[in-house]
Amino acid sequence: MSSQDTGRTSSRSLPSPLPRPPEELATLKRVWKAPQGFRLLTAVNNNIIGVMYIGTALLFFVLAGLLALAMRTQLAVPENNLLDHDTYNQFFTVHGTAMMFLFAVPVVEAIGVYLIPAMLAARDLPFPRLSAFAFWAYFFGGLSFFASLLFDAAPDGGWFMYPPLTSYEFSPGIRADFWLLGIGFIEISAIAGAIEIVVGILRTRPPGMTLDKLPIYCWSMLIMAGMIIFGFPAVILATALLEIERAFHWPFFIAERGGDPLLWQHLFWFFGHPEVYIIFLPGAGLVSMMVPTLARYPLVGHNLVVLALVGTGVFSFGLWVHHMFTTGIPPLSLSFFSAASMAVAVPSGIQVFAWIATLGKGRVQWTVATHFLMGFLFIFVLGGLTGVMVAVVPFDWQAHDSYFIVAHLHYVLIGGMVFPLFGALYHWWPTLKNTMLSERLGRWAFWLMFIGFNVTFFPMHITGLMGMPRRVYTYPGDLGWNLLNMVSTVGAFVLALGVLIVLVDMARDVLGRVRRAADNPWNAGTLEWIPNESYAVRSIPYVTGLYPLWENPNLSREVQSGAHFLPGAPTDRRETIVTSPIESKPQYLMPMPGPHWGHFLAGLFTAAHFLCLTVQLYWISLVPAVLAIASVLWWLWGLDKGEDHPPQDVGGGWRIPVYVQGPVNHSWWAMVVLMLVDGTAFACLIFTYLFLWTVSPDVWPSGAASLPGLEWLGGGLALWVLSGLAILWASRSLGRNKHWFVRIGLLAAILLAVAGSVLEITGQIGTGLKGAESAYGAVTYMLAAWQAFHVAVLLIMIGYTLARSFCGLIYAERRVTFDNTMLFALYTVAQGLIALLLVHLFPRLFG
Amino acid sequence: MALPQRRNRRKHPLRFGWLFLAGLLLVACDGRQSAFSPNGFNAREILFTSWVLFVGGAAIFVFVMALAAYAVFARGERFPGARAWVIGGGILFPVVTLTALQVHEFGLARRLVTLGETPALTVEVTGNMWWWDVLYRLPDGEPLRSANEIVIPAGRPVELLVKAGDVIHSFWVPSLAGKMDMIPGHVNRLTLLAEKPGTYRGQCAEYCGAQHALMAFEVVVEPAERFDTWLTDQRRPVQRPLDAFLARGYDTFFSYGCQSCHAVRGTPAVSTIGPDLSGVGGRQSLGAGSFGNNVGTFAGWIASAQHLKPGNAMPSFNIMDGEDLRALSAWLESLK
Repeated sequence: MSSQDTGRTSSRSLPSPLPRPPEELATLKRVWKAPQGFRLLTAVNNNIIGVMYIGTALLFFVLAGLLALAMRTQLAVPENNLLDHDTYNQFFTVHGTAMMFLFAVPVVEAIGVYLIPAMLAARDLPFPRLSAFAFWAYFFGGLSFFASLLFDAAPDGGWFMYPPLTSYEFSPGIRADFWLLGIGFIEISAIAGAIEIVVGILRTRPPGMTLDKLPIYCWSMLIMAGMIIFGFPAVILATALLEIERAFHWPFFIAERGGDPLLWQHLFWFFGHPEVYIIFLPGAGLVSMMVPTLARYPLVGHNLVVLALVGTGVFSFGLWVHHMFTTGIPPLSLSFFSAASMAVAVPSGIQVFAWIATLGKGRVQWTVATHFLMGFLFIFVLGGLTGVMVAVVPFDWQAHDSYFIVAHLHYVLIGGMVFPLFGALYHWWPTLKNTMLSERLGRWAFWLMFIGFNVTFFPMHITGLMGMPRRVYTYPGDLGWNLLNMVSTVGAFVLALGVLIVLVDMARDVLGRVRRAADNPWNAGTLEWIPNESYAVRSIPYVTGLYPLWENPNLSREVQSGAHFLPGAPTDRRETIVTSPIESKPQYLMPMPGPHWGHFLAGLFTAAHFLCLTVQLYWISLVPAVLAIASVLWWLWGLDKGEDHPPQDVGGGWRIPVYVQGPVNHSWWAMVVLMLVDGTAFACLIFTYLFLWTVSPDVWPSGAASLPGLEWLGGGLALWVLSGLAILWASRSLGRNKHWFVRIGLLAAILLAVAGSVLEITGQIGTGLKGAESAYGAVTYMLAAWQAFHVAVLLIMIGYTLARSFCGLIYAERRVTFDNTMLFALYTVAQGLIALLLVHLFPRLFG
Repeated sequence: MALPQRRNRRKHPLRFGWLFLAGLLLVACDGRQSAFSPNGFNAREILFTSWVLFVGGAAIFVFVMALAAYAVFARGERFPGARAWVIGGGILFPVVTLTALQVHEFGLARRLVTLGETPALTVEVTGNMWWWDVLYRLPDGEPLRSANEIVIPAGRPVELLVKAGDVIHSFWVPSLAGKMDMIPGHVNRLTLLAEKPGTYRGQCAEYCGAQHALMAFEVVVEPAERFDTWLTDQRRPVQRPLDAFLARGYDTFFSYGCQSCHAVRGTPAVSTIGPDLSGVGGRQSLGAGSFGNNVGTFAGWIASAQHLKPGNAMPSFNIMDGEDLRALSAWLESLK
């Protein structure tokens, strides 16, 4: 087609004049060119990282699925000897852990990495190297987690790892540590992903896409990211406490010394229940995108569905106790959680009926994705109904920890996430390289998976209520479970066959059996269907509605001819437009980092560090730790470029700067997100302190005699306040370009913070308090250690900031790096003050 | 809602129904450990609610699937309403049904809680890796210890105080009641009201390590008056037997140091590290609900406990003289 044509038909109000200068496209291609060969390891583009991320997650899905097949084979007949108890216990632990942490959460984030920028027509996510780093850490970490099976060192405590079974007394050795290793990586990549997603969705939308025009998948990912921000900190803290209990015997979970096994359950499920929705909401978001396309009708009740997503996110934090209905918690509080657990059915119901109504109003095209959507609806509704059943407390007393729960959780997770995921694979595959997967193989795969799934898991509802507990490696033959188990095993193999067909189909496509796809083969309405290269779309469209391609059938051509925003690379490097969070007005042109070895090495060394810790090579682990930090600093060094170009014209009359600082900057937003994560973790630590006190007030000191004197409190408070003032003074001086004052301020801030941390620990040691003695000692030192860890991070950040200051890379007009350090320093000061007041005053007031 | 049968090749509701029927047939076969065969007040009440949930759930499921099938196959113009479905089906209907369900649940929970207000008997049950320590708290005199089997009277509420000796376990006898976790540092309460005499099997429901699968037990429900006799019998001390062969077994017990872990009432063996063996010959099973109980299984268990239940605390006494082993097994089997 000729760009002349397009120009004539629709140039009246398009942002960029046509025709575009011919060298523009060449520049765009050159700056976004992907590295080739082994340098692919340095790649950062979301298209590349997203695909590798999805592929790795699918690999772990297959591996964990093979373990499930082995388990089903063992359980096919009673008193089977195929797997011994030890192997079986490792298998189900690794299966559950890998499915939840190495497949489900990563894959939904991976799809986000791949799809979100495309749906927003952004050139990349705002922190490409962070995504790539998270991917590599996850890749190496996940592989070493699975490798533990080969060395008979895999964890065997179940995927929720209840202490005391998993603490040092009953799980000596390193098996449990491998679990903590596996989950450590997902903590890193989940937080990194959440930052990317929040900042990406709120700040890199195309002009015109006000929040009410945000595609519903992006809504689901935004809420999912919010749940990661407030949910993951609980498990980060819980795993830290368990690892410390295992390493130093600090009794957080040991009842004899004032700890409580239930503390783990509260922290774990406060994360663990939102976790289920962290997995399901993106699946629901994918469904809400596919349904309108396949029904050729806009989503009915769009706003209600957005509300339902928000509602699910909020409710999901009030449900965690429904995993603990049988722990002896008083009936009154149980009924609150029972009601909340039922209430969460409402937002799910809204979505189900919105999908059905959309399908009803539209004219359905029967693709493979449609099949998977219908299968999803069948399975998910059934899983939702059994979910309401287990929310009834007395019913749960029977169903809990039986195969009924195994059935329920697979119905909601496989139904809620895996079926939409496979549908999405077929649906969005053409966006990858313009080829189609086989509709014929896809249908075979669907029917095998659908029938196999129901044959496997439906009987388990009955098996469970007939008394079969979960996690048993064998069972007697006279309890009536034999036939049901055999049926489940047969079903599992049928399900696996279906998955295999999908893998074969994808392999055929990758290996060159190519079926060309039309542009936008399903005639979808959203931006990811605009033809797309390594630089994403040629120009960033002006968006006027929820389904831009339906509203303006010419949009794709306009975009491809460069008639919209940012049709080139005006500063001759990777860049994208940052827009305002609500109105989506262009604010500045963000330069984006390109390929680099730093983030790859950082991921590799982070994995090596954790692996060394796991196999108890504590001193050696320092080497990769230092190398990982050095790699991160190396990758960061070239980033904060300052205003090195004049404001650029991005079209539509917008001339925007290439550098802004302060609260408008995207990295300020990322810091705020990180501080929300950090603050939530700290709040969980305070909860831990108070929870342990309510459980065992007897191990708390009575009266002031055994506490450090008030002078320790006063000294500590003074140090923290002074540290905060020092950083503020440095900030003021930076505004006036008084560089020596800045440096002195930074130095003073970190020295005072180190002194504050040392003072607190010394004061506690002075009273003779021991961490291993009681839960009080453990949590008191934990608060001090938590603060000391923050000071250590601050030390690195301030060192880096000082180095940049000495190199002349920080001044009044280029202070983003300084601002990030300042935010973290102020956070650390606030946290230090709260911790001090709690530790010193609480025992005095309530002791 | 009229289903366009001709084009509906999917037949989901039908498959659902078949599996359900198949399940029900199986349920009828065996009820020693099944929530479908209640023999206690608790389990019976829960089963009634379960059927309410199953039938209601099935009706909703069939309706939603039929609606979805209609939505997919009918023409858009003929599909009535749009947002009305979202508000009616997604908000109003669940709010009304779930509120009703909550009211029903409150009623059930109250009935179950009030059951335990005046127990006729209190039994402490402690979960250990991987066996059950049982202590009858008797109003008159010292408590009676047993293991891996709980004998209770029919028709009288029995209060169980469940605890853990090492890691978390969960006490579950599906035919009598829902489960209750046993958590270190906590004492949880569960009331059983068994209706009919019989033997019901229970099993640990919370994963507790290597042999979680082999941590079962029996609850033997006796008619109330037989229970009282049983209790009196159990409290009699065990004497060194007069029969020479059984006496050899008695002596073997002590010469191999069995008393360092086990207790037999009335003898010098008083340790509570392992299961109390005072009435062990009268119990239904060995190895915490794992094997049948006869002289042969006794011998097998003593000689190769590590092979039968790897990792449990009982060593394999495979060096024992054959005749000693037979005598010891016979003596233990005689302890009723």
